[in-house]
Amino acid sequence: MADKVLMKGNEALAEAAIMAGCRHYFGYPITPQTEVAAYMSKRMPKVDGVFLQAESEIAAINMVIGVSSTGKRVMTSSSSPGISLKSEGLSYLAGCDLPALVVNVQRGGPGLGGIQPSQSDYFHATRGAGHGDFHMIVLAPNSVQEMVNLTFKGFDLADKYRMTSMLLADGTMGQMMEPVSLDQGVVNTYEKPWALTGTKCERKPNIVNSLLMDPETLERLNFERFERYAQIERDEVMYEEYLMDDAEYCVVAFGVAARVSKNAIDEARNNGIKVGMIRPITLWPFPKAVLNAAADKVKAFISVELSMGQMVEDVELATRCKKPVLLCNRVGGMIPTTKNVLDSINKAVEIGGAE
Amino acid sequence: MTVFEKPQALTEAPLHYCPGCTHGIIHRLVAEAIDELGIRGRTIGVASVGCSVFSYNYFNCDMVQAAHGRAPAVATGVKRSDPNNIVFTYQGDGDLAAIGTAETVHSAGRRENITVIFVNNAIYGMTGGQMAPTTLPGQVTQTSPYGRDVTKVGYPIKVCELLSNVDGAAYLERVAVNNVQNIKKAKKAIKKAFQNQIEGKGFSLIEVVSTCPTNWGMAPDKALNWLEENMLPYYPLGVYKDITAEEEK
Amino acid sequence: MQKQILITGFGGQGILFSGKFLAYDGLLKGKELSWLPSYGPEMRGGTANCSVILSDEPVGSPIVLNPDILISMNVPSLDKYENETVVGGQIFYDSSLIDREVTRKDVEVYPIPATQMASDENLPGLANMILIGHVMAKTGLLSLEDADVVLAKMVPAKKAHLIDSNKKALELGFNY
Repeated sequence: MADKVLMKGNEALAEAAIMAGCRHYFGYPITPQTEVAAYMSKRMPKVDGVFLQAESEIAAINMVIGVSSTGKRVMTSSSSPGISLKSEGLSYLAGCDLPALVVNVQRGGPGLGGIQPSQSDYFHATRGAGHGDFHMIVLAPNSVQEMVNLTFKGFDLADKYRMTSMLLADGTMGQMMEPVSLDQGVVNTYEKPWALTGTKCERKPNIVNSLLMDPETLERLNFERFERYAQIERDEVMYEEYLMDDAEYCVVAFGVAARVSKNAIDEARNNGIKVGMIRPITLWPFPKAVLNAAADKVKAFISVELSMGQMVEDVELATRCKKPVLLCNRVGGMIPTTKNVLDSINKAVEIGGAE
Repeated sequence: MTVFEKPQALTEAPLHYCPGCTHGIIHRLVAEAIDELGIRGRTIGVASVGCSVFSYNYFNCDMVQAAHGRAPAVATGVKRSDPNNIVFTYQGDGDLAAIGTAETVHSAGRRENITVIFVNNAIYGMTGGQMAPTTLPGQVTQTSPYGRDVTKVGYPIKVCELLSNVDGAAYLERVAVNNVQNIKKAKKAIKKAFQNQIEGKGFSLIEVVSTCPTNWGMAPDKALNWLEENMLPYYPLGVYKDITAEEEK
Repeated sequence: MQKQILITGFGGQGILFSGKFLAYDGLLKGKELSWLPSYGPEMRGGTANCSVILSDEPVGSPIVLNPDILISMNVPSLDKYENETVVGGQIFYDSSLIDREVTRKDVEVYPIPATQMASDENLPGLANMILIGHVMAKTGLLSLEDADVVLAKMVPAKKAHLIDSNKKALELGFNY
């Protein structure tokens, strides 16, 4: 495995961004994502790139808007409280149909919360990243390798659909080291005729704008944007199945929760319980179809989360509440243990088919 | 014979500003500077939130519309994307001196090589005449109906004076557009602020003291008089910082 | 085969570096592995711990709660994790910093006065590597030859002068 290196998730995603062609990074220190900024400050000057530590998260996301409007790949990263500040910019990115990669290495909240891992920004990322009707593509890595893969993917999808991709990691993914392969082969490039490159006095001005005073026009643009979203929901759903072929119970988990759940599933299988897992990799678009299909086969679902129960709502929606959906959760920076998940699986078995 | 023509750097779109509003003059001065410096093809403007929000329809160059107060941050991104771009922001007092104070001060501090056109008319125009960070003591607005009471809401922000203490700022001048003589001075200052950027001198800000006849509740000519009698004593015109002059010495 | 290793102590004792050393050996041997630190500013001077998992199969949870191998460099962490160690597991601890004995009888126990040895041999700050050397000898995780390769790989060129002292510390622990 000579091509693999040992890197922290935060550093690996930063290097991946550079390899994906990102030469502009704007950030602000906040635990547990600060390594991204530190890494970029070292690396960007060596690739003729720009690293800038902004005066605030708000300024950073607006600098992202500036670079993105010129058609170049650009990113920012933060952790939960900082992402709240970026919400304004996330809405403007959507309104202006600008591509960007935004990384959220989540920590416990609300408020200043703690600094230990969390997944409690799920609603923010998938539902309410800012004012107005919009979505971001939300990618949830569960290994350092996926921090890399999904960074490449995130830039690609952002350019392809002219929207924000959010890498929704948690403190564990950011801080842990694993062997990782950085090479992702050819990077796609996209024509950006809308970009602000200066008219050279040869074309009409390009305008990047989210203000539309005419309600009919604004309505039309919203509908058009959601047609694009519908296409993404058709074409870009990513998930991983684990031991689902004969599964009678289905764990749904992402990020570090999926890692813990895998251990629990292996143990449960040793105890003779037929349990598997569907791990959403895209949280938006959410893998509704595969979950709905699973609901016709399994007796119950267990949503394992580092939140008070956010994804569980999507599982219920996707499965049309056909089967019970249990919640196994720890919050505040605590991570569910294998035993926590096992207990929930056992509980699912107890009530399985009871409804 | 010189024919008075519309600058190339303005589009054909009719301006939406109120009668007597000085935004039109300031737009023209900016456009003339861009034309005279021959930079229109590489100029990218950043519109702000306020009355001038639609400036992206008026300047005949690539434009991006920024969130309230964030224009200098957006401009930073545009400039850092390609330093060959000539980047300017066009902001009002609420935008620049209230909600965007941090972005303003820090882009100056970073010596961001951009040009900021700051229109100070002492009131929030777009939302219908509320108290601005630059509203004068005693001045009546919709949200200071008894006059700005400095014992309760404090004093106006003097942007040029404030920024003159920021090392990264290259050129700060306060001008006005209340008469021909001052308009000429304003034009010279605005052009210099762009010239500085071409030469890589860093952050230039021109504060243009201007009127808002509609929200001041005055006829345009009365507004010009009010500006002279009330605003100029509080906001003295002149150069507050000029590193190019210091360099020449 | 999977080894779950938990290294614990105070911030500044080289807990994370020790873990990284074991992780690098795993990397060079093509193993599946994870390295997860406790993190944050409160770690400076506070408790630090590091989970390392070395495995032939992809690693599930990267969090070690019940270590096969516990390496402890202070009393609070031994108090906390002694009972969490798996039956038949191995507990290594710095007996110059921990003045009590392990009470468990169903684990292998390896005390070593690493801090005292580091002081005696003029190897400041290398008690952690003396401990790791001892772990190497008793667990067979890696040989001294492997350690040479790991150090060459993980120590940056500008700190190459530290390789010899690290090697010496590992050997001391290994031969204890």
